[in-house]
Amino acid sequence: MEGHSTYQPKGKLAQWFESRLPIVGLIHSSAVAYPVPKNLNYMWTFGAILTFMLVVQIVSGVVLAMHYVAYAPVAFARVEHIMRDVSYGWLIRYIHANGASMFFIAVYIHIFRGMYYGSYKAPREVLWILGVIIYLLMMATGFMGYVLPWGQMSFWGATVITNLFSAIPVVGPVVVEWLWGGYSVGDPTLNRFFSLHYLLPFMIAGVVGLHIWALHHVGQNNPDGIDVKNVAKDTVPFTPYATIKDIFGMVVFIIFFSWFIFYIPNYLGHSDNYIPANPLSTPAHIVPEWYYLPFYAILRSIPDKLGGVVAMFAAIAILAFLPWLDTSKVRSAKYRPLFKQFFWIFAIVAVGLGYLGAMPAEGGYVIASRILTAYYFIHFLIILPVLGIVERPKPLPASIAEAVLAKGAKGGAAVVTGASAPETRG
Amino acid sequence: MTIRSILFGAAAAVLLASSPALAAGGETPRPERMSWSFAGPFGMYDQGQLQRGFKVFKEVCAACHSANFLYFRNLAQPGGPGFTEAQAKQVASEYQITDGPNDAGDMFQRPGRLSDHWPAPFPNDNAARASNGGALPPDLSVIAKARSYHVGFPGFITDAFIQYQEHGVDYIHALLTGYVDPPADAHVQPGLHYNTYFPGHQIAMPKPISDGQVEYTDGAPQTVEQYSEDVSAFLMWLAEPHLDARKRIGFQVMIFLLVFAGLLYFTKKKVWKNVAH
Repeated sequence: MEGHSTYQPKGKLAQWFESRLPIVGLIHSSAVAYPVPKNLNYMWTFGAILTFMLVVQIVSGVVLAMHYVAYAPVAFARVEHIMRDVSYGWLIRYIHANGASMFFIAVYIHIFRGMYYGSYKAPREVLWILGVIIYLLMMATGFMGYVLPWGQMSFWGATVITNLFSAIPVVGPVVVEWLWGGYSVGDPTLNRFFSLHYLLPFMIAGVVGLHIWALHHVGQNNPDGIDVKNVAKDTVPFTPYATIKDIFGMVVFIIFFSWFIFYIPNYLGHSDNYIPANPLSTPAHIVPEWYYLPFYAILRSIPDKLGGVVAMFAAIAILAFLPWLDTSKVRSAKYRPLFKQFFWIFAIVAVGLGYLGAMPAEGGYVIASRILTAYYFIHFLIILPVLGIVERPKPLPASIAEAVLAKGAKGGAAVVTGASAPETRG
Repeated sequence: MTIRSILFGAAAAVLLASSPALAAGGETPRPERMSWSFAGPFGMYDQGQLQRGFKVFKEVCAACHSANFLYFRNLAQPGGPGFTEAQAKQVASEYQITDGPNDAGDMFQRPGRLSDHWPAPFPNDNAARASNGGALPPDLSVIAKARSYHVGFPGFITDAFIQYQEHGVDYIHALLTGYVDPPADAHVQPGLHYNTYFPGHQIAMPKPISDGQVEYTDGAPQTVEQYSEDVSAFLMWLAEPHLDARKRIGFQVMIFLLVFAGLLYFTKKKVWKNVAH
């Protein structure tokens, strides 16, 4: 998407068209000729995987919407109608339901990859913030989608999450009633959630367009975190090099995805969501979808309701400030020995918060979530700013080409093909 | 090394803090994991078992429980109990279905057809409660997916690898065989019944089935254990009628993807052959 393409159409008609709408040139410059750093590892295939997952979710979702009815008395039965009577409806629904989880697995790997290799640092701050916006939209979309089957967890999850807004001083209760379209979660809530669940993915697609535009403007970061100095020596053209690698990564990811669709389709769901929504019976434990659990743990760790809500949203919002909280000039953790260790501690803390989010909020679990919540914020607000000042980074290679050669030399004689082992490392 | 020790210290603190909570709870024993014919990557329903399970369901469960998503036509569909269409029609015709209104504006009774859903034993929830001591017998259509039990760490991780998805059936089987005399210290409220596997141990459903209650014609033992296994399997089919197709297609998809991934891997290697990276 960068500048004027060097693409020259061969045919007369193609030339006529290109001089009026240079769309083929745009595709050529952004998906064929676009220079890609040579040293990218498989962590960089998740951008393509996420694009693929967005398409999967939209296509399967559009088909599901043809058979679904967003009316509270029949919504649960309509989903079962899809599962039982629609041809391959079970397949489409399991793709969509597990696809949401796969989308989040991929996005978490993508985010942690960005953190590890410092992909948020100048000049990629806007690219990173656009990513945080996509993540927020994904969370909203996923939450509303989970409400649509109108099972017990749908209903009570919606009740708990919408009630968070009642913590807003003065206007809170009014805002919540406005969200519900009534005095509790009910049919109006289901209807608007369905409408928004259909709308938000297209907003995500729009922001993804901006995200890719920004990416292609500033160029990709890479595992060594150094800028491209010489396009001829440091990069390869997107096609065929990145294309084939992305497709391979994608197919491996689809194998993982298929394991869930065909063999353990209900593993990531909650059994209570196969019980029709019942406003008169509260489940013993209300648990959100797994991908919200770390934030749910943060929410519950603060004894004050408003404080908990603020902490939960702050935990997401803080990501947008990451480019300025990390004071180090060096991007990649590869050359930051201290940061590398703190990165992994942070990753363990995030997973730990996820585990605690699934546990009942009582006794030791509460104490543990408080410790981990505190650490989550300390990582961003204290460790990262201080680390940039006190840490002594390792010397950076002069160029990507040099880094690649050094890696090849370390790997022994197999300079050309032996690079696959270190590549797979996170 | 200091960071590592801080990390271990923090992890130990977190574990210590969580341990009281881990020790508490979990009075209800875990259901035994049975070996179901439909478990695992090549699992398929056992038609004989589904037919026996259907008989138990029809003669015992359906007296109080509805199964609103079950249609008579489902009994003859592929991947199910394997009844012929004629047999399914025969089953349907044993029931009287309210239809109408007719041209005179009256509702009327007629024998069931394949397109009818399984008739509910009670006209509405209130009637069901009134006949069952105030408790509502849940609809059984998706009950095998709507029940589960807590597995905990690390079992829930290994379950993803061994493809364990039978929480619900194992629970139902355990529940049906879990009616025992209450321990001396247990206080069972009037109208409730002691069950080892029901959370809280006090269940409104009385012991539903006894040895010899349902007659099997295929020589299978007429015991509570056998009835429970068969009806649990039937309820799994009822909740997941396309499981056979899912696993069959899944295997085909996996074979295709593995071969495709292999070819892509070698193509990728060839493309990148002359580029140091």
